[in-house]
Amino acid sequence: MNRRLSLFNVTSLVLGFAFLYLPILLLVIYSFNASRLVTVWGGFSTQWYGALFRNEALIEAAWVTLRIALLSASLATVLGTLAALALTRYGRFTGRTLFTGMIYAPMVMPEVITGLSLLLFFVAIDLDRGFWTVTLAHTTLTMCFVTVVVQSRLMTFDRSLEEAAMDLGAPPLRTFFSVTLPLIAPSIVAGFLLAFTLSLDDLVIASFNTGPGATTLPIKIYSQVRLGLSPEINAASTILIGLVTLGVISATLISKRSAMRSRRAIA
Amino acid sequence: MRRTFAPWADPDAKPLIRFENVTKRFGEAMAVDHLSLDIFEGEFFCLLGPSGCGKTTLMRMLAGFEFPSEGVITLAGLSLEGVPPYRRPVNMMFQSYALFPHMSVEKNIAFGLKQDGLPKSEISDRVGEMLRLVQLEKLAKRYPSQLSGGQRQRVALARALAKRPKVLLLDEPLGALDKKLREETQFELMDIQHELGMTFVVVTHDQEEAMTMADRIAVMDHGRIVQVATPGEIYEQPKTRFIAEFVGDVNILEGHVMGQENGLWHVKTASAEVPLTIDDPDEVLHSGQAVAIAVRPEKMVVQREKPGPEAVNVLTGEVWDIGYLGDWTVYRIMLATGEILRVSCANVSRFVESPIDWDEQVYVTFAPGAAVILAE
Amino acid sequence: MKERSFTKRLTAGLVPAVPYLWLGVFFLVPFLIVLKISLSDPAVAQPPYKPVFEWSDIAGFFSALDLENFELLTQDDLYLRATLSSVRIAALSTVLLLLVGFPIAYGMARAPERHRSLLVALVILPFWTSFLIRIYAWIAILKPEGLLTQALMGIGLISEPIEILNTEWAVYIGIVYAYLPFMVLPLYATLEKMDDTLLEAALDLGSTPWRSFWTITVPLAMPGIIAGSLLCFIPAVGEFVIPDLLGGSETLMIGRQLWSEFFSNRDWPLASAVAILLLIILVVPIVIYRDVEARRVETRP
Repeated sequence: MNRRLSLFNVTSLVLGFAFLYLPILLLVIYSFNASRLVTVWGGFSTQWYGALFRNEALIEAAWVTLRIALLSASLATVLGTLAALALTRYGRFTGRTLFTGMIYAPMVMPEVITGLSLLLFFVAIDLDRGFWTVTLAHTTLTMCFVTVVVQSRLMTFDRSLEEAAMDLGAPPLRTFFSVTLPLIAPSIVAGFLLAFTLSLDDLVIASFNTGPGATTLPIKIYSQVRLGLSPEINAASTILIGLVTLGVISATLISKRSAMRSRRAIA
Repeated sequence: MRRTFAPWADPDAKPLIRFENVTKRFGEAMAVDHLSLDIFEGEFFCLLGPSGCGKTTLMRMLAGFEFPSEGVITLAGLSLEGVPPYRRPVNMMFQSYALFPHMSVEKNIAFGLKQDGLPKSEISDRVGEMLRLVQLEKLAKRYPSQLSGGQRQRVALARALAKRPKVLLLDEPLGALDKKLREETQFELMDIQHELGMTFVVVTHDQEEAMTMADRIAVMDHGRIVQVATPGEIYEQPKTRFIAEFVGDVNILEGHVMGQENGLWHVKTASAEVPLTIDDPDEVLHSGQAVAIAVRPEKMVVQREKPGPEAVNVLTGEVWDIGYLGDWTVYRIMLATGEILRVSCANVSRFVESPIDWDEQVYVTFAPGAAVILAE
Repeated sequence: MKERSFTKRLTAGLVPAVPYLWLGVFFLVPFLIVLKISLSDPAVAQPPYKPVFEWSDIAGFFSALDLENFELLTQDDLYLRATLSSVRIAALSTVLLLLVGFPIAYGMARAPERHRSLLVALVILPFWTSFLIRIYAWIAILKPEGLLTQALMGIGLISEPIEILNTEWAVYIGIVYAYLPFMVLPLYATLEKMDDTLLEAALDLGSTPWRSFWTITVPLAMPGIIAGSLLCFIPAVGEFVIPDLLGGSETLMIGRQLWSEFFSNRDWPLASAVAILLLIILVVPIVIYRDVEARRVETRP
């Protein structure tokens, strides 16, 4: 489509992204600030990175958070994909309205409500709070986001591809695994990444549902924020941003290279 | 259309596909209405009709993607009731081609063979055979996104033929192609079908396509079959007004039967001063009957000079439009009643001294045998 | 299909059943429990409430319904004020989000096609950095000795430190900042799909660009506007972290109330009652959101 950017468009984009990235930029810069204070620049230093790796409590919390995020995101991806399939392939089934309500409500519901309700549930069934309750809670919340992402891909999926596969002799299950799944895989991965991020970042639900030995990174950070943040956290965030940027760049490079390779194969 | 191949005319021949009183309802709407049809082995069969007539539904029932609400479909004598599409010896070439975008051309073609669990060597042999058949050997490793529309269509065809099904279904196979390619592909499809000796069932709304390729055409309307016949019979002997108008262009004249004379009937009509003289080979007419007759444009003759006194079926009018098509010229002639006749003539000479022009007064005639009596 | 065996039907039925059950157990049931707890009395115990309801005593349950907590909510005007202020702040934030987010989404939609996925990635990237930390960065910017003051003083716009942190304005900035991707992405998705030829037709028929924007672009973008607005407004009403870190003690928000009832006062029943109150306020927007999204799924292109 032949679209042109007006001055207004360019300005709003520049300002908008500047607004989004300003705090992040600050984070990165101050992770190298020799001084603890944000207002004073004490010179370039990597001391906080060293301090970070010696801060056992922080590292422990990061490790817990990572495990919870991986576990809950994996479970959420499976459940969310099943839900997306149910929504798009199963037409009218009994209780569909309730089903869609249960999918979309958690996405918008304030986290204080979902956090509290899940905690009360765990108490009622006498389940000890800790690693597993946070994982279950995160799974429940993030699976809805996975559903939305996968479902939007399934809606644009060409059903005649599945019919062609069946016509050629593949029974439904084999059709799903050899045709449908490979083609919706990118959106499933996107859903997984989204669920992973949401779990990694969550404070409220984790706070309600955590227990001894399961302090997540956000909980740890929150407890420290009120006391005045140590730049070690800045260092941790900068590392994370660096890793993510690296990941995005390498993913783009890999896909570009495979596209070039297939083009060369024809020539 | 092959003239010597006509299994439907043989009373002892058993059909390969039989639809027995098949009905398909979607909710309140009836897509296919108590339809019965026989298709014989080795036929190039066309289902022709306007959109919404039920032809696609009929094909999908044969493929197994829909199941009849009533009635039975049998293939080679065995009922297809309850048989899912992946167990039928029927393969389909989809309108959108439905090539698997994440598989190469080779893998697409091999897909059906893999499902049957054939050994690898046999699969690659068969794939090679198919690629040669559709002339795509050099493109084996490419992906669908790297192919042109025509190439994609060949892959779809090769994929559907790879399993050597008893019946190949083609859903609007030529719709997405441009005119030149369409013509070439039409003949190619006919050649392939003849070479492999398979039964092809094509669904199309394009009557030119159907007329070119088919051994027999079934014209459908509102879920029913209106006529099943060879292209020649459909074109020159349409049973109903609908078919006459749907297939090719036609002039329809209405009137009342007056009486017989020398074996020919006189029909009084408002379109001409003198009653028309037409032939009734099937003996359906009797005096006083209201009748509609169809005359194809190429069977009419238009001339400037008044025809002689023995001429029959003379209509007078004014040239309203002329369409010069290079090989043909189409005249639209307005009669006194306001009706417009369509007359076409082949441009047999390169130079015509004084061609008929707009607004000229002309005479149009046709032979008694050129008229077709329509049933409704 | 008649030939579907029992096992096939079973596996097919599992697809909707598994997520359905999961959500039923982990989403629906907890709400019933919240309702039940809100009707209990607090107790100095672990868990800190006296259960009103024993499963064996349904009749007794209805006769002994304890609406004490709800009475407390309506009597103490703190909750009323917190509710009103939450709705007000969330609504105003949503409007601000629209004003800030629409130009960004519009710019993204009009960018050349090869740049669009990069722009989308840029919008999502901040997600990957800790939410808390980004809010913390705003503290550093907005506090009286912070960077904003330094910058403005440096230009000479003000002479005294500016008081934004710990006021409602800091909360607005925080909510807009945090929720921006949730507004931009649905808007972008709708705007990107828009048919340019409609605008061209309007211009061809004599409408000015400004008028075309309001009569064509905005109405067609309405589904995205509604989705984005609800996606921001509803959670913002119950937002806790942002008002807690950036707002002052006078910034009343009901999410904070719930948190403090639960963690500081250890009054679980009252916290549950607050949750029910919040739910009642939000049930209409949530249902609207569900309808909008469900309809989007059901109408195939």
